[in-house]
Amino acid sequence: MTGSVRDPLLQVRDLTHHYGRQLGCRDVSFDLHPGEVLGIVGESGSGKTTLLKCVSGQLQPTDGSVSYRTRDLGPVDVYGMSEARRRLLMRTDWGIVYQNARDGLRMKVSAGANVGERLMAIGDRHYGHIRSEAVDWLERVEMDMGRIDDMPGTFSGGMQQRLQIARNLVTKPRLVFMDEPTSGLDVSVQARLLDLIRGLVRSLGIACIVVTHDLGVVRLLSHRLMVMKGGQVVEHGLTDQVLDDPQHPYTQLLVSSILPV
Amino acid sequence: MTPTLDADVMLRAERLAKSFVLHNQGGVTIDVFDGLELEVRRGECLILAGPSGAGKSSLLRSLYANYKPQSGSVLVRHEDRVVDLCAAEPYEVLEVRRRTLGYVSQFLRVIPRVPTIDLVTEPLTTRGVDPSEAQERAGTLLTRLRIPEALWRLPPATFSGGEQQRVNIAMTFVQDYPILLLDEPTASLDVDNRRTVTDLITEAHEAGAAIVGIFHDAEVRAAVGTRSYDLSAKRQAA
Repeated sequence: MTGSVRDPLLQVRDLTHHYGRQLGCRDVSFDLHPGEVLGIVGESGSGKTTLLKCVSGQLQPTDGSVSYRTRDLGPVDVYGMSEARRRLLMRTDWGIVYQNARDGLRMKVSAGANVGERLMAIGDRHYGHIRSEAVDWLERVEMDMGRIDDMPGTFSGGMQQRLQIARNLVTKPRLVFMDEPTSGLDVSVQARLLDLIRGLVRSLGIACIVVTHDLGVVRLLSHRLMVMKGGQVVEHGLTDQVLDDPQHPYTQLLVSSILPV
Repeated sequence: MTPTLDADVMLRAERLAKSFVLHNQGGVTIDVFDGLELEVRRGECLILAGPSGAGKSSLLRSLYANYKPQSGSVLVRHEDRVVDLCAAEPYEVLEVRRRTLGYVSQFLRVIPRVPTIDLVTEPLTTRGVDPSEAQERAGTLLTRLRIPEALWRLPPATFSGGEQQRVNIAMTFVQDYPILLLDEPTASLDVDNRRTVTDLITEAHEAGAAIVGIFHDAEVRAAVGTRSYDLSAKRQAA
């Protein structure tokens, strides 16, 4: 094993991104340790999705660095490697769960193939093995096995999201990025999906970065919390500490604005 | 510099200060305590005393790193080293909470829809205890706390206040924490259950745990306390 459990899996330093003259995010630095779940909250336009894209290899930042500790080579600069290597890393070590399942699924192939093709993409050629792994993962995300050959377009929003999670986890990633994984779903479906994500992330020890505007989601899922406003991180710490004893005016406003049920 | 503690000391607060600045209410500052010093040894049960509003719960939450003290340190003996919770990384704080520092809050706050038995089992399984052994220990404790077996498969959201409090206690007492922080664990319990919880606390500190607690009930205080710490004097005149 390269490095110890204490070594960070991901190191982000002074990350800044501008869209032309428009600021996306500025001077963001943090470490993520193996098995750690980091929540990023903030209002729309606060830069949280920009940050997630930059950190997850999807958007080259204007400035700053993202370093990821690979299994065999130790820390590598995510934007210093070739496009092909980065794509390989994203396929083998990472998962990305999009808010809109249509962005993360292939809508023209069956549910089973959506999961199975990810294994083929990392070199698995044994049909029986691919099929059994796919079935196993669809069961773990509580999919109805009668629908394994159906197209994702015929699924409900909650089922599509569970399928997207199976598709991402089948390759046993060490790091998963999630952008608003539960918004757009009914509250009851949301709770079930959160339970599922929490259970899987914990039992598999996957590190995770979750972007959301929902403080309930981060309270449940994340160990650590980053609060963003105007492209910058205004507060960062242990999730329950940030939510129960917020220090920054914006975090205080955010926490005090939660509607009681 | 790595912090150190005397051999018997499990928890120490040094020059601890806590205040709240309410930015959205005109920037009002509420000073809770300042320059607070406190030490708890193995086998001690320290009772936090003082009138309502003296800062007892704020201190307990600061010792758990649930509140963020403005300055000072909270030193905890964690396995073979000493960790300052005020300076530690979040993952270190969580590691300390998982193995060393147990906390019973005033109110149960859990993930919705998770069955009671799973809530009580989880702290053990995440530490690597065999699931069937964990289930057995959780069951024994729930029985002792008079939670009927018929309720174990149900989430506690619909339970009575007293039942929820006992689930809360079970979630912490299911493992043997070297340090326990207890925020009124007996507040909403009837006489029999109060006695059971008093017994659990006594057993824990006889087994060597260091305990810091807030108890409104004078009888419980007399039964479990080995020393008392008065916060009313510590409060800075605001």
